[in-house]
Order: sequence, then C-alpha cells, then structure tokens
Amino acid sequence: MKKLTVTSSPHVKSGATVTGIMLDVIIALLPALIAAVRYFGPRALLLAAVCIGTCVLSEYVAEKIMKKPVTLGDLSAVVTGLLLAYNLPPTIPLWMAAVGSAAAIIIVKQMFGGLGQNFVNPAITGRIILLVSFSQAMTTFTKPLDWTADAVTTATPLAALSALDRGGDIAAQLSDGRLPGLMDMFLGNIGGSMGEVCAAALLIGGVYLIARKVISPIIPCVYIGTVAALMLIAGKGNFTFMLYEVLGGGLLLGAIFMATDYVTSPVSRTGKVIFAVGCGVITTVIRLFSNLPEGVSYSIMIMNILVPLIEKITMPHPFGFVKEKKEKKEKEAA
Amino acid sequence: MKIQLPDDVLKPVARIKGGIRVSHNKITSECPVRRIAAPERVVIPMLQHIGAPCTPVVKPGDKVYAGQLIGNSDAYISAPIHSSVSGVVKSVAPVVTVGGRMINSVTIENDGYMEYDPSIEPPQVHSREDALKAIRASGLVGLGGAGFPAHAKLNFPKDVEIDTLIVNAAECEPYITTDYRECVENSWDIISGIYTLIEYFGFKRVAIAVEDNKPEAIRVLDKIAATDREMGNIIRLIVLKSKYPQGAEKMMIYTVTGRKVPPGKLPSDVGCAVMNVGSVAFIARYLKSGRPLISRTVTCSGSAIAEPSNLRIPVGTSAKAVIEACGGYKTDPYKLIVGGPMMGFALYSDEVPLTKQNNALLAFAPGDKGVKPERACIRCGRCVAACPMHLTPVFFADKLKKDPSPQELSDLGAMVCMECGSCSYVCPAGKPLVQNMRRAKDIVREGMKK
Repeated sequence: MKKLTVTSSPHVKSGATVTGIMLDVIIALLPALIAAVRYFGPRALLLAAVCIGTCVLSEYVAEKIMKKPVTLGDLSAVVTGLLLAYNLPPTIPLWMAAVGSAAAIIIVKQMFGGLGQNFVNPAITGRIILLVSFSQAMTTFTKPLDWTADAVTTATPLAALSALDRGGDIAAQLSDGRLPGLMDMFLGNIGGSMGEVCAAALLIGGVYLIARKVISPIIPCVYIGTVAALMLIAGKGNFTFMLYEVLGGGLLLGAIFMATDYVTSPVSRTGKVIFAVGCGVITTVIRLFSNLPEGVSYSIMIMNILVPLIEKITMPHPFGFVKEKKEKKEKEAA
Repeated sequence: MKIQLPDDVLKPVARIKGGIRVSHNKITSECPVRRIAAPERVVIPMLQHIGAPCTPVVKPGDKVYAGQLIGNSDAYISAPIHSSVSGVVKSVAPVVTVGGRMINSVTIENDGYMEYDPSIEPPQVHSREDALKAIRASGLVGLGGAGFPAHAKLNFPKDVEIDTLIVNAAECEPYITTDYRECVENSWDIISGIYTLIEYFGFKRVAIAVEDNKPEAIRVLDKIAATDREMGNIIRLIVLKSKYPQGAEKMMIYTVTGRKVPPGKLPSDVGCAVMNVGSVAFIARYLKSGRPLISRTVTCSGSAIAEPSNLRIPVGTSAKAVIEACGGYKTDPYKLIVGGPMMGFALYSDEVPLTKQNNALLAFAPGDKGVKPERACIRCGRCVAACPMHLTPVFFADKLKKDPSPQELSDLGAMVCMECGSCSYVCPAGKPLVQNMRRAKDIVREGMKK
C-alpha cells in the first residue's frame, strides 16, 4: 500500500475558492461592460484593458520586488482594474488611468501586505487619487452614444440635480428638461463614469452575486435604502427626485460592487448594517451639503477606515453566552 | 428530497444559526448490519472513552472469556473494558491507536470458540443507583463518537431536575449510517431502552431526533412513538432539517427545546440529557442479557472501499480486518479516516485497532476534495457565518499571528469551539481554521495551568 495522507479534520472541503469568487465578481461586472461599450464605444473596452493590464503588471512587479509569491492567479488584480475603469470618465487619457491603477495596486494594496490586508478598497482609493490629482479630466463627461473623439461634453444628472434650488418647487424644476428621463437613467443613456451609468446592468450583476451567495444582500440593500429614505425626506417626499439620486452617480456601482468588498467591510451581519447605514448617510450628506455632486467614493472610503471599530463593537457572542457577568460583578461590588 | 411527514411529528422549536450543508453520501444506508467473523487477534486499548485510562487486570498467558473484565479504573469518569473474544492474552503493551496516541493495550489471541464468561447474568436493577452501577459495569460509552462514559452522563446532580431526554439519531456526519441502521433494525431495543431510562431517571418527556434525510428511520421511529400513545404518551419524534453539525449535543438541545447551554456548562444545567440512539438500544440489550459492550456497529465506506457496508465488529478489530471484510480496497487508498469526514482522524496505517468510540472507517481514493491551495484570507466572513457556536475564526487567525495571551483567546470564546470543522469546510482560501482553534484552546489550557 502506498503512503497514506494524514491531515487534520475536516477531510472534505467546499468547492468555494478565492479564484472562483473573483471570477464570479468579474462575471457580474460584464453586463455593465457591455453597456459601457454600447454607450461610449470601443474606447470603453480599451480603458478597461489598460486598467486591468496595469493592475496585473503592478501586482506582478510589486510582488517580485518584495520577493513575495506571485498571486495573480487569484484574479483579485483583474477585479480591481475592472472596477477602477468603471469609476473613470470614458474620455480620460489612458496614461492617467494607468497611473491610478498602479497607485491602487502598489500603494493601497501591496504596500499594506497584499490581498486581504488593505484597509481601504484599492479601486475606490485609486479613483480618489485620480480625482484629486486630475480633477479636470476626472469630471469631464461626454454625451452617451457619441463615440467621436471631440464628443460634446455634458453634465451628469447629479451635477444638474445639485444645481436645483431645493427651497423651490422641485417637481417643476425636474420636469423643465435639464434632466434626462428616468428610463434613460435606468438604462444608462446619460453622462457619467464608464461603468456606473447603466443601472439595469449593475442590478443584473448584483442579483447574480446574491444568487451565487458571493455577497450578502445586506450592504447593497441597506446602503441604497438609506440613501433613498434620506433623499425622500430631503426632497420633501418627491419620489422622482429620490429616484434620480438612487439611479444617478456611482451609488449602485458602489453599493453592489465596492462597499461589499470583503476585505474592507465588516464580517458580522450587524456590522454590515452599521457599515451600510454609515455609507448611506455620508453619501447623502456629501451630495446635499458639499460642493461635490457625488459622494459614494468618499463615503465608502471613510466607512472602510471605520471597519475595525465596527468589528469591535459588533463582535458576536459565543453560543449560549449570558450577560450575567456584569450583573454579578455589580452585585459583588454592592 | 421531499418526504411526507407523519402528522404527529413535532417540529423543531429553534433553528441553529450557522452550520453547513454538506453532501450526505450515505451510500451504505440500505446495507443491513452484517456480523464479521471475529479476527484471529484483537488489540484492545485501555482508553476507549473520554476520561481516565483503565489499568489492565489480566497478564500475558491468562485465559479470558468473551465479556470478561480486562481493564478497569477507580476514576469516576472512566468505563471498564472487556474482552471481545475468548482466548489467551498475548501481551499487554503500548500500541499506536486512532489519533496517533500510544496507549497501553491488551492483545488477545482468539481461540475461535467465542465462549462467554459463565458469570455473566442480567443485572438486578431496582433503583437509580442500581441502574447507574449496571451501566458503568456494562462499559457503555457514548456510541455517537465522542465516547463519554454513559454512567457519568446519567449521574445528574441530585438537586437539578432533568426533564428532557433527547435520543440523538441525527447522524449529521456524511457517510455514517450506524444510527440509521440501529433505528431501522433495532427499534424495539430503542423503545425498551427509553422506558428503562424513564423509569430510573424520571424524564418527563423524551424526544427522538432524526434528520429528514432518513425517511425509513422516520417511519419506524414514528411507529414507536405511536405505540407510546397508549403507554406513557411522553415520547415524541422530532424531524430536523438536515444540517451539519446538528447532531452536536448543544445544537441538538437548542433545536429540540430552544434552550441554550451556556459556555462551560453541561446539558444537565438546562435540564436535558442527550444520548445516542445506539447507546439507548444497548442499555436495553444489556439489561436483558448482561453482556457488556464488546462489539459495535461500524460503517465502512468511501470511494476506495470495494463493498461499502455496515458491520458489527468485535472491539479491537484492526482497520485492515474491517476493510478486508468489505472486499478490500478497490483502489490504493489516499486517505484512511476513522470517524466521519468532518471530525474524524486520519490514519497513517490500517494496522490500528478500532474501539467502542469509532462509528466509521472511511477510505478515499485519490482526487477527493480534502485539500485546497492555500491563499490569502480575503475576510469574506464565511467562517463566521458557518460557525454554529457564533465564533469568529477569522479573528482567531489574526490574533494567533501576534502571540496572544490566554485571556484574549478565552474572551473570544476559544473554549466554546467544538472543532466541528464547518469553518475550514467553507473557507475559500483553504486556511487551517480548525487547527487555529485547537491551537487557541491549547494556549488557553496552558494558561489555566499556570
């Protein structure tokens, strides 16, 4: 008889792997890529390729330099690249996209120890780095379905919403033609970052991830729900205004794909709820009260930083745990 | 599989949080238990239970009968050990046993007559004390796998009221079908055992718990419960949705009664006793015949076994002899496991004797799903969601990297872990999470000694 393998129990394992999970995320992101190509032309594909390529190359080089095992096989760099591309205007110069990708992987991910060790989401931080470095290029959006090089620029729906006089009659302002129709908002026929425009495609991806049990529905539902509720209040009960805020900007992309990043979100259910409510509140506050039309990236990054604290206060109690310890101590003290 | 449940079956009152769904692979469920010929030699370890090891009371050259006492201990948590064949004691020496420990063992050359000890007679039981004494003398340990001495389990403190007896037939580990066969084949022993326990230990209600993947067992057990309607009307069948590790004592109590056993406490602290269905049936047989626990049912299964079967084997039979009784190996085994695939021990050789505690022997061909390439932890939280004890294996892993104090680990709940393996099972990064938990428990134990 050949030698037997001796390992610790359990002797069976589930089929889930890190690579499989990342592959599921990539699959879930594909509908939005198709939508991006439909609205912004082949350049969207080129932009995605540049971001993914730079991310993969940066990961390889960084790991080689730091003499760590090369972990490209887990596909996490591909996910980061794709997500970052989705967060960029389709017209951004390719070299800028490459700089953002390299920063996301090298500074945010590898310098903190690689996959699982980064405390903020690399793609979101990459986007924020680009936003503060090249704010002009990062906020110039072109009209969809106009693939030409000198395409007409347009304001994003959120920028237009931002200009609304909230003290006045919102319903009248919404219908005066400055904003695209709600159907266009849902299908993505609007200006914006390459991957964020098509709400329909993002929702398909989200449903896929939830059905495959890759993500729990808690974070996306609570995040989007919080924003919707607060916007409804801010818009004095105007449903249309609320819908513009939910469908516009990076909310769906952020809530479904970025806030749910395992590494930078809490593990417990309660923790996830707190995290998502926090994201929703900060997003709303930024959108309503700051000069920025958009606040998803910042809100997720801020909540990422708070995750260790959230984990601490939401640590689950072991099964059968009884809180009598405190009472006893108090009794003993008394 | 959807099955029609009888009307009077009770529903579980609570559902465990966490746990995993794992493929059942109960391929031997329709194989009737087959007695194997006693081997030429049995090796009987002096530790086949949780607690103090026994001291051998025989020496090389002694002639022993089947059922004769060969090892005993004065310690309270211990169970006497009997010879499983008649023959001559060859040696008393340490032998490597399941789990890799060297344990003093009595080797007996079988004379082939299977001559029972003539002094064996049914015990005289008239009171609770008699019953406890008899159960101790029978050498019964929990047959579900943990092997806790049954008399110690049943000797509840006088001042607590134990109202509920749970007869555990959940058998949530994959492959194993010994409890299932016990239900189907020995149902009258089960009910008779239950009545004995009611008589001497005063349980107010008895729940027989079984998972819904065992329709035949449900049918048979429901008949038992139905006959009880005319007798005492306190036995109920509870059908649980299949989920691992539902058969674990604390989980079982929670799903059946809704009571939670606090960390560090015993089932008796919440008024419950849990006994394996095989143990209950054994008590009935023992009280009738007086023959101690010298054989047990074992499921021999897995992809490398030619004819997977359920076997009745004398205690001390080697794994090799059991596998030969199942037609030998179909292919070269890659891994041999004693116990279930979730909590069992891997063997390094098939020359190891099986004991009272061992309910399964599995042999797997290469290509099973036991190993996964290890990658970085992505903090997906699957281990936290899977832990039935609400622990956080991911944070234990973090803590253990930083040389933690026993107090820190204890605060995280290290000692609550029952090593069910759910966390390691679900981990997509292939992390050794159960080993981490064992390490954490060791650190806490060392800290307590100081």
